[in-house]
Order: sequence, then C-alpha cells, then structure tokens
Amino acid sequence: MPARVLVAKPGLDGHDRGAKLVARALRDAGFEVIYTGIRQRPAAIAAVAVQEDVHVVGLSILSGAHVGLTKKTADALRAAGADDVVLVVGGTIPEKDVPRLEAAGAAAVYPTGTPLDALVDSIRTLSGRGAVQRS
Amino acid sequence: MDETVRSESGIPLNSSYGPADLPGAESIPPPGVFPFTRGNFPDGYRGRPWTIRQYSGFGTAEESNERYRYLLEQGATGLSVAFDLPSQCGYDSDEPDVEEEVGRVGVAIDSLADFELLFDRIPLDAISTSMTINGTAAIMLAFYVAVGEKQGVERAKLRGTIQNDILKEYVSRGTWIWPPRPSLRLIADTIEFCADDVPRFNAISVAGAHFRDAGASAAQEMAFTLMDGVTYCEEVIGRGRMTIDQFAPQVSFFFYTHGDFFEEIAKYRAGRRRWARIVRERFGAQDDRSCMFRVGCVSGGASLHGPQPHNNIVRVAYEAMASVLGGVQSMFTAAWDEPFAIPTEESATLALRTQQILAYETGVARVVDPLGGSYYVEALTDAMEERVVEIMEDLERHGGMVKAIEDGVLQRLISEQAFGVDRAVRSGERTIVGVNKFETDESPPKTEGYELDEKGRIRQLERLAEVKRTRSAADVKATLGALSTAAAKDGENLMPHLVECARAYCTVGEMVDVLKDQWGEFLQPVVF
Repeated sequence: MPARVLVAKPGLDGHDRGAKLVARALRDAGFEVIYTGIRQRPAAIAAVAVQEDVHVVGLSILSGAHVGLTKKTADALRAAGADDVVLVVGGTIPEKDVPRLEAAGAAAVYPTGTPLDALVDSIRTLSGRGAVQRS
Repeated sequence: MDETVRSESGIPLNSSYGPADLPGAESIPPPGVFPFTRGNFPDGYRGRPWTIRQYSGFGTAEESNERYRYLLEQGATGLSVAFDLPSQCGYDSDEPDVEEEVGRVGVAIDSLADFELLFDRIPLDAISTSMTINGTAAIMLAFYVAVGEKQGVERAKLRGTIQNDILKEYVSRGTWIWPPRPSLRLIADTIEFCADDVPRFNAISVAGAHFRDAGASAAQEMAFTLMDGVTYCEEVIGRGRMTIDQFAPQVSFFFYTHGDFFEEIAKYRAGRRRWARIVRERFGAQDDRSCMFRVGCVSGGASLHGPQPHNNIVRVAYEAMASVLGGVQSMFTAAWDEPFAIPTEESATLALRTQQILAYETGVARVVDPLGGSYYVEALTDAMEERVVEIMEDLERHGGMVKAIEDGVLQRLISEQAFGVDRAVRSGERTIVGVNKFETDESPPKTEGYELDEKGRIRQLERLAEVKRTRSAADVKATLGALSTAAAKDGENLMPHLVECARAYCTVGEMVDVLKDQWGEFLQPVVF
C-alpha cells in the first residue's frame, strides 16, 4: 500500500503554488496525497490526518509564522492521538529557524529552493520509517 | 518531436518576421488614439514618467505612522498601506487562532482607533493612500472616510486606491471571506459609493499579478484579469444606476512582468488594445478615458530564484525594461533577496536604483512605444491578443468567471500551467541560469528572517480591549443591526452602514461576522 501524505496549509497565508507542486510531485511519485486547501486551523489539520490515516503531514508556510504554526500543529496531532505521524515543514524558512522547527517536532525541513526530487526522496524515507513505527 | 520554437505562453514563433506580419493601420494608430495599442497618451513618458513605487509594511499603527510622517517630510505624496493577514481575512487581533500573524506582514487594524493612530498628524486632503486590501476593502474604505471626518476633511478631497479585487483572491492570493456573488455586490457598492461621494478615490485595481505568481502564463494572466474586469463592470452596469463612462476611468490594472522579454512587451500592448475594444464595443463607452488601460506592474516575483541570488538583479533589470517598453504607468521592482528574505535597506535601494537608471540613463523613455511597427513585436502583439481572446471565450463558454472559480476550473488551469513549467525546468527543457544550468555550490546568503515584536502584538490587544471597553455598546448593537438588515436584502448600498459601524468603533471582525451570518463563507474547491 502506498504511503499516505497530507499536504496542509496552516495559518492565513494564501500562497499555495509550492504546496500544490509538492502535492502533485508526490502523487506522481506514487504516494496517495490529500491537500487541505489554504487557511486551515491546526486542529482541523490533525483531524484530517487522523481521519485519513496518513503517514506524513507536510506543512507549507510562507508568511513567516512557521515556528508557532508548526508547534501548534504538532500539539494538535498529539492531542488527536496521531503521535506516530511524521511532520515535515516547507516554505520561506531562514536557516536559523531549522533547529527551532525540529525542536517543535518537524522530522525534516524543506526551505524554498529545495529540489522536488530531493524532497520526494526524503519523504519516501521518512514515510517508510513512519509505516514501520505504525505496525 | 515538436520542433516549433515557442514563447513562454506557447505562442509559435517564426525565425524572422517581415512586412506581411504587420497588422492593419486601424490596429496600430499613433499613441493616444483608440484602441491605444501604442499607449494611452500621445507624449508617453515625456508627458508623465512612470511612477516608481516601493511596497512596504510595518507591524504596528504607531511604527507605520512614524514611517509615513518621515516619508512625507522627504517629499513623498503617496502612502502605501500593507495590512497583516488577520485584517485582510476579517479576524480581530484577539482571535486565538490568528495570534501568530498579528502585525506580521503588515499593520494590524481592528477598529477606527487604529486608523486614527495610523493617520495621526497626516493631512488626508494632501496625500493619496494606496491600500493593498481586498476581502475587507469596503471596511477599510469606511475607516478612511471616518478618519477623514475626524480630521475635518470632506469626502470629496480624499484620494487613494483600494485593491478591492476579490475574484483573484479565490484563485490565488487567498484572502477571501464571503462567497463570490455577495462579494461582487459589496465591490459594486464601493464603486458606486466612490463615484457618488469620494470621486477622487479609486475603488478597484484589478490584479492579474497574483494569477501569474500562482503559475499562470503571460497570456492567461492577461485573459483572466480582463475577464475579472469584465465581471466587475457587468456587476455595476447590471444594477442600472451607472453607465460605463461614470466609473470606468477609475478602474486600473496590476500585473507581474516576468522574463520572456518580447512576450511581456506584447502582453501589455495587446492588453491595452483588447480592454479598449471591450469597453467600447461590449459596454458602449462614449468617453475615450473609459477605454484606457491603466497599468501598474511588479518586476520580479516568481521569476526570481534562490540559487546564485545576485542573478536576480539582472533579471529584474531586463523585466523592468520590458515593462517600460510595454508602456506601464507605474512599477515596483523586487529586491534580489526577495525569494528568501524580507529585503534589506540595501537590496531595496538597489531595486529602486534599477528603475532610476532605466528612467534617467538608458534613454528608453525618450520616445513613445519605441518598438511600435517592429514586424516581430506587432505580430507577437496580435498573436497575444488572439490567445487572450481564446482563453476569455473558453471561460465565457464555461459560464463566466464566478462559475469558473466556484467549479475550480480556473484553479486547475493555473496549477496545470505551474506544474508544466516546473516539469520543464526539472527536465532541463527550460533553462534557468544557476538553477538547472551553470549551477555552482553557491548557496543563498544566510538571512536573519523577521522576528515579530511581541510587544507590538500586546499593545494591539490592549488597544482593542480599550476600544471595546470605552465605546457605546448601544451604538455598536444598533449599527451592526442596521448593517445586517441591509445586507439581508438586495438593493441597498452597504457603504453608508459600514461608515456608521466604523464611527461606532465596531471592529473589523464584528462587521465581517455580521455579513458572514447573512452571506455564509466561501468554500474553496481544492484542486492540484
């Protein structure tokens, strides 16, 4: 069974060209992909993650609010009992924030300019790990 | 294999062009003559240079006010207001779910009290204010009128622009609130209100730029934007209170200029001609000023890249030149570090200098439409107009712009195009220097990013609490009640009600919620 990935946009930033490109590249690479659309609340993202039984949640954030929104989404996932879901984050992210995102619960961070092939490979590896944890 | 050489929008190109490729004389009359292919004015930039603009946003009303007063002392005559996302999407700063975003990409506005602070000691009869605001544009206009009253400035003297273009928000920029149809009503209300009461205020700037940044081609960008313009005009004319000539001169447009040099020039020339023809032939304009396509642009955006970032300086310079050869009326130039950072003072200044060198050193602005009559540019302008018309006709066949948005058709067209471009870059079919050819290990410089000032957010929350404590609860209830009643039925202009709400210190969130109760919220079709 292919790994299931939820691509999500928390917060109010409406720029989703990148999120859609990633969603599509993952789908082309054989993942089952769900995209939430823009302006989703962290609790709503966690609810979809549980309902759709996804292995990976990928957040796309371009507004600069990535640290707070990642923390909130990680908390929401835990609250929803989805601790085993792998959380990754992409967007306009300065290098110095990468450790902060990792501390907030991100398994990987993909700043603007990350090649799509590298991102797909990374998610393939991470989702494999997620699936193993699950069984 | 297809060996045809094509422009970025997919227009097939010959290896050279000749006299047989020129259009008829009626399509390229002298500048200043309908259909304005060669420009709106006979003397072009000699009569009036393009306006050099810079976009900026500051976290709080106090900081913005300080910056504005500095700029005015330096001789600026126009101000530009960037709003934070909660203000753009209709949430108050004390809404728990938006705390990350208060004051982040612009100023936080909750009530008239914030506007009073923002424009403190700034004479509104002496300046013009451009507000990048869409979903809540009508509310911000109400605040502006109300703050003018407080200063004793009559409405007829207020000058400025609100973007107020909701249709592209549903597809690309994302600050929608209500569904398209009631939102169109509110936009028509602002257009009528401005025409009647605030005649020097531009009620709408139709923006294609955001389609482009979301992935649309140059031809799609122009076609979608003209369709939006048509939709707004139909909405106003359909109400039967105004003719096209009473409001069209207040309508302006906004685009991105990207890297395909001649295609961008052709895009602006074709857009000017097509809009003129639409306004005269479809809407029966009598006044030539109604037919003029007033255009602002940004050079940069998604055409800039992170790797080898200084290459962006060169990209922006070429794009800026294409914009000027296309005859735009105003331009923002992006800073080279924009793909990965909030521009520094230094990079923003360099972007400004790029335009100044273009304006004062290159000589390209000396003669109107210098490429007019070029076999290639004229043929490409024709091909571009043809392509734009085809795309517009497809959308009309689908049932118009609102239906295309509700059904997700427009969203799909844009993401298809974006994905196609991305695939072409990944396969090497399309070259981007430093990204997929001539790459080096040079990584973007380390950047600091923008740390939100927590103190600013707390001050904002305190001010909002103070407003709620000191205002008259009875006035709030009465004005919101009247707004609700007027919104429940068609036919009454909501602007006077919004001004009453503003005077009573109702918040943005309260006004938005009253209208949500009547109109509901937009349900986004999710397509990728």
